[in-house]
Amino acid sequence: MTDATDPAHAPSHPAPDPNDAHGSIFDGLLGSDSSQWAFGTDFEDPLAGVDTTIPDGVDPGDLATYCLMLADDALIASHRLSEWCSRAPDLEEDIALANVSLDLLGQARLLLARAAAADPAAVPTLPEGSPVPPEDALAFFREAGEFRNVRMTEVANGDFAHTIARLLVLSCARLAVFQRLTTSRDTVLAAVAAKGVKELAYHRDYAGRWFLTLARGTEESRRRLVEALDALWPLYAELFATHPVERSVAEAGVGVDPAAVADEVAVVLEQVFAMSGVERPDRAPLAGVQGRTGRDGLHTEALSLLLAEMQVVARAHPSGRW
Amino acid sequence: METLLDRETLDREALRERAYAVARGVTDPEMPMLTLEDLGVLRRVDVAGAGEVVVAITPTYSGCPAMATMRDDLVHGLSDAGFDDVRVAVELSPAWSSDWITERGRRALAEAGLSAPGPAPRHDGPIALDLLPTRRAVSCPRCGSAAVDLTSEFGATACKALYRCTDCLEPFEHVKEI
Repeated sequence: MTDATDPAHAPSHPAPDPNDAHGSIFDGLLGSDSSQWAFGTDFEDPLAGVDTTIPDGVDPGDLATYCLMLADDALIASHRLSEWCSRAPDLEEDIALANVSLDLLGQARLLLARAAAADPAAVPTLPEGSPVPPEDALAFFREAGEFRNVRMTEVANGDFAHTIARLLVLSCARLAVFQRLTTSRDTVLAAVAAKGVKELAYHRDYAGRWFLTLARGTEESRRRLVEALDALWPLYAELFATHPVERSVAEAGVGVDPAAVADEVAVVLEQVFAMSGVERPDRAPLAGVQGRTGRDGLHTEALSLLLAEMQVVARAHPSGRW
Repeated sequence: METLLDRETLDREALRERAYAVARGVTDPEMPMLTLEDLGVLRRVDVAGAGEVVVAITPTYSGCPAMATMRDDLVHGLSDAGFDDVRVAVELSPAWSSDWITERGRRALAEAGLSAPGPAPRHDGPIALDLLPTRRAVSCPRCGSAAVDLTSEFGATACKALYRCTDCLEPFEHVKEI
């Protein structure tokens, strides 16, 4: 039922000509440009055209640090999930975990760009003429001590049950924070949150369904799930501990105090635990060092190992074009 | 009363309409049966004072890897049509919803063997946890049977779930409600 004269149905992707004097047969693989590969040859600003004015009454440095906290949670969780690629129990779960990972990576990219726009001084300095955009400089050229993610995002994957238990807890907490963040006075944070809420609702349902399945599956799946939840629990309290920067941006109407969502998250988790016949673990929180935890840049050894792998190529070629 | 428009405004409006006609024909790189307009990611085409064409698009998902390709396809399409000065801006708010896929887009999806999304869930109150497989009124785009099984909530691109028809046994993709 298409009308040939309707411009909306005119072909917009002409096939590449393999005999073109200036091209090769491989051009067809790239389509009309190569920006979909790796970083792309043309570095993009993910916030192009978005108003990044800083709202009144908030310290730009605090806003940037807060964006790093939210970004680093997503970036590190995304990297851990991406480690499942080709290793998941079956193809569907491989694809599902990669999809969740991609959503979180997208959130991380926008938030890192927001951090860089709020406080350019937060962005690591790279060699003169380096084409690395600010959000990539933040992802690939900061040391472990400069990452602000909670420690639960960084610990090693363990088995599939461990990944599901962690994804359930993290997506419950992040969804609750993002729902409140949709009314942030910072229009960028509000927009990232409004979009993220839709994605996180899918992540939480996915993790919740698998949690229930594993808990009510075989004796072995249940044993592994309960062990995984127990192992993660010492890192649970940190998700809701308010950092001074979080308090400052929450008071400015820009951020969310994580302590404010603790009860709501506990109720949602209790629903899953009750249906699954699993007890909420009773484990003491993992202490920080002199009170410092992930939000202060104090991490477990697992983060250094993760960053070594995640950052090695970018750091080897700080002026590289990809 | 007759409205008088000056010549410059008329020219600019004609230019905008011509640019819009080109922009609306650019297709989605991952679902090429849909134009960006039918997918609902093409938000606006404006012509600025100096004749610069500004196209506003919005991502379907935060991590949508197709944004750069959409931008390049828009710039190429418009420059082929004689627009030299084109800028593509990203609009994050309001967030894209599958409800924005047009009727024509839904027909194009079905003709290509993809199942179109139902109404998007509303997220203005607390979001209820759903521990059972999502129930949707989905029918097989090939044989029309309503006897379908959800294989996975996640598919080959961020916006699709995987289904299987238990009558004709063919797998198919469903564009997710978001």
